[in-house]
Amino acid sequence: MMDFLSIKNIDELFEDLPPEVRIDGLNLPPAMDERDVENKIREILSKNKTFYEMPSFLPILKPHYIPAAVYEIVARQEFYTSYTPYQAEASQGMLQALFEYQSVVAELTGMDAANASMYDSATALGEAALMAERIKKKGSIAIPSNISYRKKAVLKNYVEGAGIRIFEMPYENGLPILKKFDGSAIYIESPNFFGLIDDRKEIIENASDNDALLIFGTDPLFLSIFNPPEYADIVIGEGYLGNPMNFGGPLLGIFTCKREYIRYMPGRIIGATVDKEGKRAFTPILQTREQHIRRGKATSNICSNEALCAVSFLAYVAVMGKNGLRRIAIQNEKNAHYMALQLEKIGFEIPFGKKFFNEFVAVSPVNAKKLNENLLKKGIQNGLLLDEIENGILYGVTEMHDKAIINNAVEKIKETMEEIE
Amino acid sequence: MMAKYDEPLLNEIEEEKEEKFEEIERKELNIPNLPERQVMKHFIHLSQMNYGVDTGFYPLGSCTMKYNPKLLQRIASMEKINFVSPLQDESTVQGNLQLMYELEKMLCEITGMDAFTLQPAAGAHGEFTGMLIARAYFEWKGERRKNVIIPDSAHGTNPASARMAGFNVIEIPSKNGRVDLDALEHVVDGETAAFMLTNPNTLGIFEKDILKIAKVIKEAGALLYYDGANLNAIMGKAKPGDMGFDICHLNLHKTFATPHGGGGPGAGPVGVKKFLEDFLPLPRIKKVGNEYKFDYSSKKSIGKVSMFYGNFAVLAKAYTYILMKGKELKNASEKAVLNSNYLMEKLRKAGYDVPYYGRRMHEFVISLSDLRKKGIRAIDVAKRLLDYGFHPPTVYFPLIVEEAFMIEPTEDENKATLDKFAEVMGKILHEDAELLKNSPHSTPVKRVNEVMAAKKPKLTWKDLK
Repeated sequence: MMDFLSIKNIDELFEDLPPEVRIDGLNLPPAMDERDVENKIREILSKNKTFYEMPSFLPILKPHYIPAAVYEIVARQEFYTSYTPYQAEASQGMLQALFEYQSVVAELTGMDAANASMYDSATALGEAALMAERIKKKGSIAIPSNISYRKKAVLKNYVEGAGIRIFEMPYENGLPILKKFDGSAIYIESPNFFGLIDDRKEIIENASDNDALLIFGTDPLFLSIFNPPEYADIVIGEGYLGNPMNFGGPLLGIFTCKREYIRYMPGRIIGATVDKEGKRAFTPILQTREQHIRRGKATSNICSNEALCAVSFLAYVAVMGKNGLRRIAIQNEKNAHYMALQLEKIGFEIPFGKKFFNEFVAVSPVNAKKLNENLLKKGIQNGLLLDEIENGILYGVTEMHDKAIINNAVEKIKETMEEIE
Repeated sequence: MMAKYDEPLLNEIEEEKEEKFEEIERKELNIPNLPERQVMKHFIHLSQMNYGVDTGFYPLGSCTMKYNPKLLQRIASMEKINFVSPLQDESTVQGNLQLMYELEKMLCEITGMDAFTLQPAAGAHGEFTGMLIARAYFEWKGERRKNVIIPDSAHGTNPASARMAGFNVIEIPSKNGRVDLDALEHVVDGETAAFMLTNPNTLGIFEKDILKIAKVIKEAGALLYYDGANLNAIMGKAKPGDMGFDICHLNLHKTFATPHGGGGPGAGPVGVKKFLEDFLPLPRIKKVGNEYKFDYSSKKSIGKVSMFYGNFAVLAKAYTYILMKGKELKNASEKAVLNSNYLMEKLRKAGYDVPYYGRRMHEFVISLSDLRKKGIRAIDVAKRLLDYGFHPPTVYFPLIVEEAFMIEPTEDENKATLDKFAEVMGKILHEDAELLKNSPHSTPVKRVNEVMAAKKPKLTWKDLK
């Protein structure tokens, strides 16, 4: 090949690099063979404790069982090694899968349309705020003060460039209080950051009275047994189904909306069409919204998204089916309520009542920080300490937390409480 | 080659019976109940109608479709990663923290930057993060700088990311396929926040005036931003940090093979020089003695750009890849550049036009505008390649080349593949125009009607009823 190019030395191909910046190699270890690499990484990762080694009751991103079939599906090289499906004729598999994903999340959320994914729920919120501003142009958004600080921090970064102000709604009994608000959008969550189900009708009325869009943050598993927020304009959420926790990423930002707003949407959208012989086919559509066409005027800068996580989500829903989803959702709800009851029995308070799905706040009768530290020594990762509530702990409970796990944990919590007192 | 099926949608497959659940609020939910056997068949059929890197040659320019070593998949499927919550106590995630800490150090060595954040989830997300850092930096300095300059050959994400961070975008024309220094000097002033540059650029040409460019930007007090999409050309040969770049993002799914996932997830770490370190997103990872800790202390930080610490499973794959290659990353870049120049010369010999002809780095761009007299467009040639079992190159980009084909063979293809591709491209040049315009002929579906799809969008299976 070098002869064909009439060169003697590979460096002749790098002659455009100014001599001042040329280097001869990197200060990295020599190449390692596969077995050595695997062993080294195994050794590093052995310092982690998994859910199976240390039961955890942390909220937000929780452990769920993932059927073996889901792993098999996303392990197909045709899916995971392929590029964004711009060449539709060579990408019908991915395109149809993403079309099905859009269908499933639109069905779950009660919306008409979905995009093919955002990075996570926090960036989905940021993008939703920008989209609402493109539609309403009022320069502000209202959010509950009790959402995850993570989402707040990300939202702030997303909206500042567009000059959108954020108003934080105070809360009472764990639910945000809505006052008259003349802005582009109101953001509400159900289940919310405290785990509470918020289906108050006044939310809808408030948004529509003031001509603000309603952005609704929710949970896909919850929606298999609870009514979807059909009254919302944009629905977002974390698409954790079928996707392992992976220490927090990759995640999958669900993004759905009403039909009238699809041209304002961020991200890739897959549509159904036909090929030249009239056979059903799928293709990316409305690409003139996107950065590779519209550049600086695009609805978003997003290019790589979380497509494979969307396929995992779809595969999970397909394997579980409606029956399976509902069975799991009911188990989540039952296990969480069982845990709350057991905690109450040993002296915890459940401050915001029992209208929750699989996360809830409990107030520890002893110093919560101390409690968590001591529990960790006994091999239990307790729930998340809340800054907002003194000795408040946010618990997350799923189908993975069977009675034996919960009973054992509650036993240890009780034991630890006694040690602290 | 890909298989052809008339694969039904999930909701069109024969359903099993619905269970009755007592006392649930939601009555209507149109999600099918299917036996696992049917689900597996469905997804295997779909996968067989998709072209992957293991299927064949995938020379998408600027996408670096290199081979994805299978160990990366095994690592990312380990329980020690899959079943770890991001909110666990630090003492129970020391392995993950160590991996991230070491990956940051490796990326610093590869790029010549001083510090990295791994939080951005994709390349464009990294650009956005970089622009937020630029904004925060100038706010801290009390300077009002509202413009970001971008060459007309840049990726579309560059202007989109700068705009999202609140900057005005000024686009400058290229000259002979490179940054026009005069044009740059003409627009740079005290309101310039940053100049975003891909080097080698999207034509595969190294910006050899880079040190002069850096000087112009520095003298104006602005920042130089490196779009790392094309880093695969220069690993072990030069470092962005040595060229004068202050901020850079990498695409781990490109350069470090993590792979593309049909569109994502990727990872877009951002590296900065020391003076910008405090502006990086939180948390940072610090090593104290033998322990790794999250550090939330920086007051200047831009805060957060995603929920947790980035796409950790993707980061673990990049770490694996870098360990496997080590010093030989240099050889990867050399081979990628050799393959690219070889294929370019082969295609020139076959009769294709290379605008701004000269040495190329890891990719090159040909123009198919001569074919327009025969009524043939670049897209027709792209579709015809599918009939020969090749994935087409990137088409119609960069925008400064008419009927562009942007070709990046990567280091992992052998000579036989490149020769075969060049041979087929030569053959297509002499094929009948109608044959090309009606291609592809052998794919799971024929040429897809994209215009109809946009007119009355059908976005879910409900729309097909």
